[in-house]
Amino acid sequence: MKFGNTSIGQFIPGESVIHLLDPRCKMIGTFVLLTALFMAGAPWDFVPWVFLLAAMPRLSRISMRAILRSGRPVLFLVMFTMLLNVFWTPGNEIARLGPLRITEEGIVSAFCMGVRLYFLVVFAAILMMTTSPMAFSDGLERILSPLARLGLPVSEMAMMMTIALRFIPTLFEETDRILKAQMSRGADFESGSMIKRARSFIPVLVPLFVLVFARAENLAVAMESRCYVPGGHRSRMRPLVWEARDTKAMSCMVAFAVFSFLWGMCLPKIASICLDML
Amino acid sequence: MSIKLDGVSYAYNVGTPAENVALDGVSLVVERGEWLSIVGHTGSGKSTLAQHLNLLLSPQSGTVSVDGELVQIGTKAARGLRRKVGLVFQYPESQFFAETVRDEIEFAPSNWGVKGDDLKSCVDEAVSASGLDPALLAANPFALSGGQRRRAAIASVLAMRPEYLVLDEPTAGLDAAGIRDLTGMLSDLRERGMAVVQVTHDLGVALERSDRVLALERGRAVAEGTPEEIASYLAENPVKGLLLPPCASFAHRLRSRGINVPLTSGAAAIAEAVEKARAVMR
Ligand SMILES: Nc1ncnc2c1ncn2[C@@H]1O[C@H](COP(=O)(O)OP(=O)(O)OP(=O)(O)O)[C@@H](O)[C@H]1O
Ligand SMILES: [Mg+2]
Repeated sequence: MKFGNTSIGQFIPGESVIHLLDPRCKMIGTFVLLTALFMAGAPWDFVPWVFLLAAMPRLSRISMRAILRSGRPVLFLVMFTMLLNVFWTPGNEIARLGPLRITEEGIVSAFCMGVRLYFLVVFAAILMMTTSPMAFSDGLERILSPLARLGLPVSEMAMMMTIALRFIPTLFEETDRILKAQMSRGADFESGSMIKRARSFIPVLVPLFVLVFARAENLAVAMESRCYVPGGHRSRMRPLVWEARDTKAMSCMVAFAVFSFLWGMCLPKIASICLDML
Repeated sequence: MSIKLDGVSYAYNVGTPAENVALDGVSLVVERGEWLSIVGHTGSGKSTLAQHLNLLLSPQSGTVSVDGELVQIGTKAARGLRRKVGLVFQYPESQFFAETVRDEIEFAPSNWGVKGDDLKSCVDEAVSASGLDPALLAANPFALSGGQRRRAAIASVLAMRPEYLVLDEPTAGLDAAGIRDLTGMLSDLRERGMAVVQVTHDLGVALERSDRVLALERGRAVAEGTPEEIASYLAENPVKGLLLPPCASFAHRLRSRGINVPLTSGAAAIAEAVEKARAVMR
């Protein structure tokens, strides 16, 4: 049993162009890009996206391997979606497996679905890998701040998110430690029936909960002793500043989104015109 | 009858930017019936080494053998051998889960199928060996004081009747009296033939009680020997984070002025030696 080594989608500190962007710029930009990606419906529509992905290691200083690996957790989902699409799309039948029909349209749509889903996750992961949890929740707080006027506790929610993100690795570490400690007292998590195995986790879960509550209490005391009041107006040590480079990056991302949209619209027409000319 | 580590190396997070070599070619023998102390600065790899003794981690290179049997992690043999080598973790009281101290202490032996009267005698033995007040057996483990919790935690490991007992920082967070009680208890266990391996950054405790000391620095074993040898090694070659206790460094100063006192003797012996030296001078 091994926890804590999963670095998939985790922040990787760095000083690349993308790392230095304002989190708001990255988040809104990613949102725009992902929306555009959703509109890609034909295999050729993904060409610009492949180029964009290819540029990522240079822009983010994260290796291609790490970027591609970030899509791994959803690979199963991708496969599943693709299978469903292959068999369930009506259209031109090209093969038959018992009651299952494989259609031309099915293969095309499975391909698009799979690639789209994979790209979605990978681009979202690039955002997470280049944005520290702190910056992320800061950015989110600022983006959502108009909602605070409607009475939504935006800054408290951002604080909760920061704390939760901060403590995930700690929780993994603690779980690993407790697992080891109980194993050294002879606990066996790997053999026996399902029920026996589930029961064997009680000696892990109880100390973990105790620990989490103790930690939460300590943290609450520590925050209060430093005058944290929910809803109080907190100033920032490093206020988010929207700089020229953020505007440039934003423009680039919007331009790319528009381009990919137009590409998807026009490509079939251009292609048919070319074919006509031939 | 011994635990043998041969050229054990271990790194955390291999293949990531956070790769961190915690142990680098450490060899070590723990004999039955001796008290070995492992000392080192924080982060020097003591806890990692302790987990190798208990087969919770398997070396990335090198071998671990217990009583002449080479062990691989994840095998049935590893789990069996874990019973021979009891490991008390740093802050062991954070592993409590049961409703009463008795249930907590029964956990380890019952994991190995000990039942009925045997189980009861395991618990009684562990309670008396650890010096835990038997009246506390019915108490809720979370309601105990720090010192009582530490004892209960040690009892919960002793209850599986290990032949080697490895303790990671057993004195952390205890006061002077608590430390004295604890080391007294460990001495008793050693007298009864158990091997005691104590991981600590408190050089004073290590030099005072143990038969042998191993000093780690950044994952390497830098010195190994009797407390006297280690004290004189450390006096000559300071290792980061391992300060000699005041008496030992005072004794070392005296020695350099020609007054011969053992480095690990206490204040009384030093006073005596000084007295003698004065008499000679007169
Ligand atoms: N679970 C882990 N994941 C990654 N690195 C770890 C882990 N546990 C320990 N390390 C690293 O391995 C090195 C040795 O750690 P170890 O816990 O063995 O030290 P130690 O001597 O017990 O220190 P201390 O006196 O603080 O308990 C340290 O640099 C530590 O940061
Ligand atoms: Mg340690």
